Amino acid sequence: MIKSSLIKRLLKNNPHLIQADVESIVKIVLKNISDALSKKGRAEIRGFGTFSVRHRNARNGRNPRTGEKVVVPAKNVPMFKAGKSIRDRLNYKS
Amino acid sequence: MSETLTRADLSEAIYSEIGISKVESSQIVDQIFEEIILDLINGKSVKLSSFGSFLVRQKNERIGRNPKTKEEAVIEARRVVVFRASKELKNNIINE
Repeated sequence: MIKSSLIKRLLKNNPHLIQADVESIVKIVLKNISDALSKKGRAEIRGFGTFSVRHRNARNGRNPRTGEKVVVPAKNVPMFKAGKSIRDRLNYKS
Repeated sequence: MSETLTRADLSEAIYSEIGISKVESSQIVDQIFEEIILDLINGKSVKLSSFGSFLVRQKNERIGRNPKTKEEAVIEARRVVVFRASKELKNNIINE
């Protein structure tokens, strides 16, 4: 599934809404999660999972092609941990 | 970095920006995540451009060890969800 097919399905489930609104809704959800991660470092969606931010310290790396030493700068990376209910649901059938 | 975003915050944002009722807002938030979960259960990946993709990985059975008690236990074959953040999402949070 991609974003446009998600929007189509939501439209089908909510015939009273117009496409532009559903598009905005999906956008708002993703934007808010993304902003929460950058500002608060955490977004917890019960029954789905938790998005968090993990800090990575600067480290010395090497360019694998040239062997040249480079400093990989410190950064924050997004993480996702699936919630228990989704893990259970994924493994129920198999 | 203390407060956590929740489903309620998402429906609140929709309610104030779109102008549909609070009940409808929270229902559509639930539907969005439910649709994603349903596809993952069916083994399909979900790609949300400029956000990231959710993929299902099959893990084989392996023997694990409780690090505290050193007890061995079989970890059953299972499916797990992995999330790969898009470049845009990574760039959005990269700087503190």
